[in-house]
Amino acid sequence: MNPLEVSKELTSDAFGALEKTGMSRRQFIARSGALIVGFSMAGLTTQLMAPGSAAAQRLDGAGSSRLDSWIAIGADGSVTAYTGKCELGQGLYTAQKQLIAEELSVPFDRVKLIQCDTALTPDQGTTSGAQSHPTNFNQKNLALACGTAREALLQKASAQLGVSVDRLAVKDGVIRATTGKSVSYAELVGDRTFGVALNPGAKRRHPSEWVILGKPVPREEIPAIAAGQFEFVHNVRVSGMLHGQVVRPPAVGAKLVSVEDASVLGVPGIVKVVIKNNFVGVIAEKPWQALQAANKLKVAWTPGTGLPRQRDFHEYLRNQKPTRDTFVVNSKDVDEKLARAARVVKATYLYPYQMHGSVGSSCAVADVKDGKATIWSATQAIYPLKDSMAMVLGLTPENVRVIFRMGSGCYGINGADTVSYDAALLSQAVGKPVRAQLTRKDEMAWENYGFAFVIDQRAGLDADGTIITWDHEAWSPTLGGRPGPNNPGNVITGFLAGFQPAAFAARTPAPDPTDFSNGSNAVPSYVTGCVGGRCEGTGAVASQRVLTHNVKSLFWTGPLRSPGRLQNTFAHESFMDEIATLVKADPVDYRLRHLRDPRLTEVVKSAAKAANWETRPSPRPGIRRIGVAAGRGISCVLYEGDNGYCAMVAEVEVNQDTGEITVTRLVIASDCGPISNPDGLRNQLEGGALHGVSRTLLEEVTWDDQKVTSIDWSTYPSLFLSANVPKIETVLINRSDGSTMGAGETATTVAAAAIANAVFDATGARVRQVPITRERVKTALDSRA
Amino acid sequence: MSGLTLKVNGQSHSLDLDPETPLLYVLGDDLGLRGPKFGCGLGQCGACTVIVKGEAIRSCITPVAAVAGSEITTIEGLGTIEKPHPIQKAFIDEQAMQCGFCINGVIMTAKAFLDRNPKATDAQMRRAMSGVLCRCHAHVRMIRAIKRYAQEVKA
Repeated sequence: MNPLEVSKELTSDAFGALEKTGMSRRQFIARSGALIVGFSMAGLTTQLMAPGSAAAQRLDGAGSSRLDSWIAIGADGSVTAYTGKCELGQGLYTAQKQLIAEELSVPFDRVKLIQCDTALTPDQGTTSGAQSHPTNFNQKNLALACGTAREALLQKASAQLGVSVDRLAVKDGVIRATTGKSVSYAELVGDRTFGVALNPGAKRRHPSEWVILGKPVPREEIPAIAAGQFEFVHNVRVSGMLHGQVVRPPAVGAKLVSVEDASVLGVPGIVKVVIKNNFVGVIAEKPWQALQAANKLKVAWTPGTGLPRQRDFHEYLRNQKPTRDTFVVNSKDVDEKLARAARVVKATYLYPYQMHGSVGSSCAVADVKDGKATIWSATQAIYPLKDSMAMVLGLTPENVRVIFRMGSGCYGINGADTVSYDAALLSQAVGKPVRAQLTRKDEMAWENYGFAFVIDQRAGLDADGTIITWDHEAWSPTLGGRPGPNNPGNVITGFLAGFQPAAFAARTPAPDPTDFSNGSNAVPSYVTGCVGGRCEGTGAVASQRVLTHNVKSLFWTGPLRSPGRLQNTFAHESFMDEIATLVKADPVDYRLRHLRDPRLTEVVKSAAKAANWETRPSPRPGIRRIGVAAGRGISCVLYEGDNGYCAMVAEVEVNQDTGEITVTRLVIASDCGPISNPDGLRNQLEGGALHGVSRTLLEEVTWDDQKVTSIDWSTYPSLFLSANVPKIETVLINRSDGSTMGAGETATTVAAAAIANAVFDATGARVRQVPITRERVKTALDSRA
Repeated sequence: MSGLTLKVNGQSHSLDLDPETPLLYVLGDDLGLRGPKFGCGLGQCGACTVIVKGEAIRSCITPVAAVAGSEITTIEGLGTIEKPHPIQKAFIDEQAMQCGFCINGVIMTAKAFLDRNPKATDAQMRRAMSGVLCRCHAHVRMIRAIKRYAQEVKA
């Protein structure tokens, strides 16, 4: 069976029946054929049956501190666990099963994992930000539940066997005493609740003892995907389901004037034209019919509000008012230090809007009728979507259920949330289930793009060439984002249906920082990060100022793999190399000279060592100015300031006649604490790195005076399978005593600067704008001194 | 609407539908197959690929009438979860995917090409994959899996 379909089997009919009839858990189990619905289900059901009570309003919190919300032991000894962190293609489903099997000492195959269903799983917010490992593998949430369950089982066994806990050992779900007596999990609690709270002090298995976690267990869903049997959200089929197709405006800011329903009269299969404010869609019996009707539907729109020229966009961005200004750090001595510096270095870095560009356009299925809604969605945020969906549909949240089904890889907020609203609005209009899938153009023209940036860097150096002050000022545009529980207007469908995006909160001047937070990596790795007397940065430079300006965006924006962090790291790590070149220092040595954090130092050294880094300043000596030139560059980051160390060495070849860059080798060193699954980690680092290569060399959203013109794969380039991809080598530093950190975005973060630095090393030409296209390389080559 | 017969993975299906309907919609919606995927609807990304007469074709831009009567193979027709085809097994063994949405196009394109060109060089094989897109960027593993299968085809 497709392992990720478990929750559907458990609940699609049965949960509704439970709700209606108040069937006992045991009856439910018997009827559904699913052995372990879990005691959390019983608890949740009770809550659902008390409409109007506080507990019925929300299913989060209340469930998360109770062991029974996370873990259930079946009469057959199986372990069923519930998680709010979903499989998105990153291998998390398998890694979480490894965690559960390890902590409870049961075989991997005896674990059932129910993921991301608002009727079943604890509210764990959003599966994003490389936070799933920090959240579920440290001493809280799922991991803590496992530890608490193990302790509870040992205590029960101790009482039953009359043997102290320290004389008990667990293997394969059987607890054995040194006396020889034993009792199984099933005998202890099979089919019964634990009835205890999570114990913050519960002891967990130390990585040195691991036999399942830490191993390269193959991903459970891969055989089904390879066989074409896996159920993606695109494959969800509900009885009586119709098909919807939305009609988006032709230009940014265009408003609906009129719709001629008659224009689709007679289109085969047409069921209904749906209009809600500026939201327009059609429903038909079959998807091809819906698409034809959408294409035929005559819709009049106002002209768009007009867009500034793309060529001048970064100047436009820098001069936009109003702004929201933030000091991330400010030692208040930067101007003075710059004035007294032996040398001041300046550079400006530019980054475009980029898109998630999921390979499959987004899809959702919704069944909205009788004041209730069930949504099958690939959202990263099932609980927030439940709440914002209730707003869109005018329902109460307890009448909305969101069931996660994997979609096409998202890399952040792709169209999954917006298409969930699309499907739901259409379904509500006909009172029947509706499946909606976006066209390629609708996906690309209206998604929440990754942030464009302008970044000014200045550094003051002393007479020895050491950095004595660092000044960073950045502008980036924002509009909308993740809808969260109450901002459906943060994505296009919610906006068209009448909701506003979260208000832009202008703020000038920036207040002094009160806490150090480097979530966007706006603070370079080389400064102390001192705020309020506490210094949580990774570097040695005490004089520092990081001032950021958000401005209103032309387009919807939202988190795209390494949001802000990739852009800032491109600027920091390129600038570090520019300074090293000025003082004729080796880029690795120069970094180490300004770093204090031993773990960041170690990944830099490890990557350099594995790459056989040749110690010398950049650019490479004796560059011939024609033909193919080769070079290497390095870049590093502590992701989000506290969530994964990574360094990358990139080796490139630059054709100086054409400007074409070939990345030939990437060496990545990673330290994300104890490693759950080394093969899964490698897969993430490799994919993340290559995603970084694609974005560095190719990707940029384009527009004209009215609309986005990146609407398919010929207008938004990407690395196809034929690309001459680099050899990728990974060095994994497994730190068994550290906290578990994220690793899904670190390699993406460092790629742009490592490549830009390698291009400079090879040619002596510095490109300060992503994507580093042939044309930009040519321009930089031609302007070499 | 018109009646036509579609042969998919060795089974015949009599269908009554608009002959202009792209094959992909028929496979996914009328026959309930999960393998071929809608990625772009423009023949650009490969997610919808099926094999007809040994050739990898883009089912999202192929009218169903154009392949009526021809033997159509989808990824479901290669092997099963329990008994995968060697190329599917190569992708499982190499753990050569992340989200896996594109994998249909990767596997079907590579298989059609290598079965016809068992002695293809690496460069030729890469060229054959030029219209196939993976946005998780699992390229390195995918190429490794394809080469593993290529070794088997040669042997």
